[in-house]
Amino acid sequence: MGRMWLGKVCLVLIVAISCVCSAARARFPQASEERMIADGSPGHAGGRLVVALRSEPKTLNPALALDEPSRDVIRCMTADLIHINRGSLKTEPSLAKSWSVSRDGRQYTLQLRRGVRFSDGAPFHADDVIFSFQVYLDEKVDSSQRDLLVVGGKPITVVKVDDYTVRFELAQPYAAAERLFDSIAILPRHLLENGYRAGQFPQAWSLSMPPGQFAGLGPFRLKEYVAGQRVVLERNPYYWKADRAGNPLPYLNEVVFLFVPSEDAQVIRFQSGDTDVLSRFSADNFAVLQKQQATKGYHLDDLGAGLEYNFLFFNMNDLAAKGLPEIAKKQPWFQDLRFRQAVSAAIDREGIVRLVYGGRATPIWDQVTPGNKLWLDEKIAHPARSLERSRQLLQSAGFSWKSDGALLDPHGNPVDFSILTSSSNAQRTKIATIVQDDLSQLGMTVQVVPLEFRAMVDRLTNTYNYEAAVMGLVSGDADPTSEMNVWLSSGETHLWHPRQEKPATPWEAEMDRLMQQQLVTLDYDKRKSLYDRVQEIVAEDLPIICLVSPNILVGASNRVGNFRPAILVPYALWNIEQLYVQ
Amino acid sequence: MLTERQKLAWAVAALAAFSCVVLFAGFFAPYDFAAQYRDAPFAPPTAIHFLDAGGQFHIRPFVYGSRDPGERAGSAAGDSEQIFAIHWFVRGAPYKIAGLFASRVHLFGVEQPARIFLMGSDGYGRDQFSRFLYGGQISMLAGLIAAILSVSMGIFAGGIAGYYGGWIDEILMRGGELFLALPWLYLLFAVRAALPLHISQWQVFLLLISVMGLIGWARPARLIRGVVLSAKERTFVLAARGMGASDAYLLRRHVLPQTYAVLLTLVTLLVPQYVLAEVTLTFLGLGVGEPMPSWGALLSSLQQYSVLSSYWWMFLPALLLIPLFVVFYAAADALQELHKSVPL
Repeated sequence: MGRMWLGKVCLVLIVAISCVCSAARARFPQASEERMIADGSPGHAGGRLVVALRSEPKTLNPALALDEPSRDVIRCMTADLIHINRGSLKTEPSLAKSWSVSRDGRQYTLQLRRGVRFSDGAPFHADDVIFSFQVYLDEKVDSSQRDLLVVGGKPITVVKVDDYTVRFELAQPYAAAERLFDSIAILPRHLLENGYRAGQFPQAWSLSMPPGQFAGLGPFRLKEYVAGQRVVLERNPYYWKADRAGNPLPYLNEVVFLFVPSEDAQVIRFQSGDTDVLSRFSADNFAVLQKQQATKGYHLDDLGAGLEYNFLFFNMNDLAAKGLPEIAKKQPWFQDLRFRQAVSAAIDREGIVRLVYGGRATPIWDQVTPGNKLWLDEKIAHPARSLERSRQLLQSAGFSWKSDGALLDPHGNPVDFSILTSSSNAQRTKIATIVQDDLSQLGMTVQVVPLEFRAMVDRLTNTYNYEAAVMGLVSGDADPTSEMNVWLSSGETHLWHPRQEKPATPWEAEMDRLMQQQLVTLDYDKRKSLYDRVQEIVAEDLPIICLVSPNILVGASNRVGNFRPAILVPYALWNIEQLYVQ
Repeated sequence: MLTERQKLAWAVAALAAFSCVVLFAGFFAPYDFAAQYRDAPFAPPTAIHFLDAGGQFHIRPFVYGSRDPGERAGSAAGDSEQIFAIHWFVRGAPYKIAGLFASRVHLFGVEQPARIFLMGSDGYGRDQFSRFLYGGQISMLAGLIAAILSVSMGIFAGGIAGYYGGWIDEILMRGGELFLALPWLYLLFAVRAALPLHISQWQVFLLLISVMGLIGWARPARLIRGVVLSAKERTFVLAARGMGASDAYLLRRHVLPQTYAVLLTLVTLLVPQYVLAEVTLTFLGLGVGEPMPSWGALLSSLQQYSVLSSYWWMFLPALLLIPLFVVFYAAADALQELHKSVPL
């Protein structure tokens, strides 16, 4: 009788222990789970990272997030199918462990990783992918990602082949197709489908949602949100990446996002050790922080030119319908290529680099910066500043000078115009002041008018009530396809004359052809020569007068390991699953 | 101890001297207010020496500079041995006194390529001392015009309200309280945003000053009204009325002259207040635009942390305003004391 008892107890114990063991194994790496191995140096687990955000995120819904702070937080909590490695600027497998392209370049078949789980433990498979793309492409949801998924005028379609295979079909071959998938977060069907079918998707995943209602495939999951103060993320125990030693990622236990509204306040908090990482700050603050690097236990990195390009441009819209006669009278100047060339030749780009950015910027003459090594056209000329040349150009265009030096146009009117800038961007206002001084040496009277950002954008894109403006643009990707809206004459951000019905000038028609063609050309060298020609047109016909590209400046506390900042958004935290603290 | 009259005399003399310097800013300033010396951004104040590195005394004070174009001019280290003497009555950038008299003579200067930045330079390499003097023209003029506007409207409204009393008085005073309650800063933001782009700098300036002055009529009006209330009961005023004088005559000839003492004190108090208001406006980006050097524009770069912590000389315009205001308030004090002794 005793022996049977003992046997039963042993059996129960064995069953219990094996249950515990298998439960434990569900959290730790196994060969069958197809983990992705990250290429950083192994660190150690534990610790907390504190980062500042410029403002509170507006939503945690990946389909609806428009502002940078929301995207910064969402990026830590979600994963995509194919990811652009910010360090190498090339695509790499993410949730899709491999893929193949059909010969006509229109079908992409992706193999998904097996055994991956959402942060709430639910399994991930092809149904989630189908559901996610259904949401992103739904016109009623009106996701900001929808436009990115439209190729050749038609949205891409996705078909489930089996539980771990999906096939995407494009209307035409698309050169940057792989890059489409970057940052398109995969949504959990088991949590969101009911709400979506009931038409309540836009309310899903707002900041006030209880953390338990959320599930993602990213390295972290939501822990708490304190309105007006911080968002806290905790480690996702089900995350599907591991380091080279086989340890599960992420290393950090917690990530805290503090809301610190101004850059100066962020610098002060970084200096005092409240935050561990300072992402993307201005050159003036670099000089301030540099002085105390050694004593305060942080280091700063100047990554060289990023992708941002700042430029001056003139209003070349068709103003007949808008009733702006004062500006229409000045447009003949702006539309004369020699006037724009004269302005470009007169601007002291080196001075801007030195005075506005303390030397931490690069002068540019077209829209591709030296930071974009894959697409930069090295053959573009970089003419030195020459007031003589400006004067010659203006003279040949029929301008003349009064005895006191003021410039007169061919009809005898004095040349005077205003440059708009955003009042919240101190650098661009300084650039405009330097341009004002440079052009005053040609006899032009220029006023700098700082306006609140939204008021300025309204004038630039809606009412066209402006004469000239200094703006900057930056895209999230180095690929030319991300700039389609700027260079296509029908584009929304074709700033000097947006939304044209047909190209207004022969060079804009040529740019349209080139941009459409590079969209569907799969061979990199052929694409490069097409985009080189676009850069030449920008440098020669000067729709925008490119000025400078600021360097990417980041900083981190010395105790943060695996810190490898990149020049693409999100600069410092793109490899957050590999960051660790010592 | 000085008597009140003597204090007033000193204060007025100081103000007059300051106004003179500001009016002749072109002469006293070594550089033009917009001239950018881009090789010397945020240069600290140039040190003036009488003794050189070898211990030799120079009668003519000098600054260090470098003939090497690569070296930053105006650097505090002054490590170059090149001596540039300060010359008096030099020929420099052209300027106009009060927009009328043109000249090229400046009180002092140094030979190129050395620079003499008495108060350092700003982010574009512009001499802060020159900008301070030229800025005085704009800020002091703004203060004066706004104060005069306020007081004029105040005399008009307060005189009528105090003299006639009754419902006119009620309407004017309640209306005045409305203006007192207005958040003038936001009103000015709204006015500025609504302006079209083609208005010149000076027009924007005059418009904003006028708005500022016109909003501020309520306090002077109440003050004047108080004086007029008591003034109109004086015996000679009643006598004149009894002899058939009209309201306008009584106001002009008998009542208002009694307010002049108060008015003078009021103007002396209001000018610095409006100067400060203009400085605040331009500091916030609302006043005259670049490159006009109002005092607020000089101080606006301090909004950036990097400037606040690294370049102490950018504070100097603010510090120099303090003695100016002290002189104004001393004059106002003296005036008030003087009038107390005169029985009303």
